[in-house]
Amino acid sequence: MTDRKPVYLMTPALAWLTAFMVVPCLLILALAFFRRGIYGGIVYEFTLSNIALVFDPLYARIFLKSAGIAGLAATIAVVIGYAAAYAIASMPRKRQPILLFFAVLPFWSNYLVRTYAWIVLLNREGLIVSLARAVGFDGDLPQMLYTETAVVIGLVYNYLPFVILACYAPLSRLNPEIHEASRDLGASEWTTFRRVTLPMTVPGIATGFVFVFVLSIGNFVTPALLGGGQFQMIGNLIYDQFLTANDWPFGAALSMFLIAIMMGLLTLQTFASEKASGQQRAEVSDD
Amino acid sequence: MTNRSSLRFMLLILSATFAFLYIPISVLFALSFNASGLPTAWTGFSTHWYGELIANSDIIGAALNTLIVAIVSTLAATLLGTLLAIGVEIRRRKGRVLETVIFAPMIIPDIVLAIALLSFFSMLDFRMGLHTIIISHTVFNLAFVCAVVRARLKSFDWSIVEASTDLGATPPITLRRVILPVLTPAVVAGALLAFTLSIDEFIIAYFTAGSGRDSITLPMQIFSMIRFGVTPEINALAVLVMTLSVVALAISQRLNRGRLPGQ
Repeated sequence: MTDRKPVYLMTPALAWLTAFMVVPCLLILALAFFRRGIYGGIVYEFTLSNIALVFDPLYARIFLKSAGIAGLAATIAVVIGYAAAYAIASMPRKRQPILLFFAVLPFWSNYLVRTYAWIVLLNREGLIVSLARAVGFDGDLPQMLYTETAVVIGLVYNYLPFVILACYAPLSRLNPEIHEASRDLGASEWTTFRRVTLPMTVPGIATGFVFVFVLSIGNFVTPALLGGGQFQMIGNLIYDQFLTANDWPFGAALSMFLIAIMMGLLTLQTFASEKASGQQRAEVSDD
Repeated sequence: MTNRSSLRFMLLILSATFAFLYIPISVLFALSFNASGLPTAWTGFSTHWYGELIANSDIIGAALNTLIVAIVSTLAATLLGTLLAIGVEIRRRKGRVLETVIFAPMIIPDIVLAIALLSFFSMLDFRMGLHTIIISHTVFNLAFVCAVVRARLKSFDWSIVEASTDLGATPPITLRRVILPVLTPAVVAGALLAFTLSIDEFIIAYFTAGSGRDSITLPMQIFSMIRFGVTPEINALAVLVMTLSVVALAISQRLNRGRLPGQ
């Protein structure tokens, strides 16, 4: 086929993406520089005040808080996810696909439902409280639902399967001979892990971390359901600007900031994995 | 560490992870069949709460809306995404901007795409309803279909396309009789993935549904029910929704991994 044909094939989809993604996103970008009318609405007058407002201590604190929660969730998810992926990769080759399948399966069930499951477990008349009562615990149990801890648990739970998948990919590609060589040269299991396995699987860890962080920091469902509106995260803040406070320009500025954070992290992650794969190539060619 | 104890340690990690992943889901499953519907006491097996669901016209209406949105947006996305994938893979030059535009719908935060579309539709004075949800879902669905189909095309032997052309087939015939048959499993897998994503999608639907009650989808219904509190009905609904998407995805995975005849 000639080089011109593909254009016709791509046109419908690219037109769709342009009309319903690129243009709306550019619109949001533009909106961030307009003023909000007194009664909501938009006044078409250039201003930087929305951008400035994002850095206002009041909102900067929400950003930092969201980043803290997202960072904590991402760290926990990576630790559990890496351990699980490592365990799967150390099982017999034949069993690995099925283990991986069941590790990822929950990821494909409804997000709201998975979050709801934790409400059932954590609420005041929930399963955990009932179990504690059943084994004879009479004391006061701390509030579990509608806390930051509940939000972090929900985020880790929802995104863990992806981290397992991301970490498993580089772990399963590791050449077992490198591991053997390290052991033959007298390195302990732990040293081998720390000096050989871990550095070679950094791209998977980075992918997992960035993914959980990005999805968590912009999340609005989990804080709304498990945080019970006790505190705000960026996602909820954006939601409010559009659906309750009616300050679309500020909401647009917040979204742009969110996108900026996300792009920054993705660039870092690409950089990290390129560096890691470059290193591996260099090591192989040194042999 | 000896090999034996390290294996035991690995099994321990695996059991703990799977317990963490599956206990919450299993609890929902069990509760949905509990006659009392409460987590505090098991009062016997019952399908009562599933019966309640069917009798609830709000839920049935929302389920129908979800099906309409999922089916129409999946069909549109499958068509657009497959053509896009073929077009991109035929082209030998890979453009950075093109790749970014195709990749973006999969990574852009839901909330951002949701508000962008809300602003876009309302500034154009576009009346919102099921059709705007369908338009919006097609955006990310086509990107996922495209990704699945492209993965298959990476191992595609383009010389059979040249053979087809040499034998006198026009490009549309080559597309229909040579390329598409080879791609069918990947296309179906991509479509099922899109269907699952659309059925479960909440935030974008929530923002682009407009204000009418008649464009509420199932996830929107579930969200508002959850906000009211834990009720036995949600348990049953949750189990049904979860089962549906998991089954669709399991089929998709199977198709995607199945090798082609003659390969």
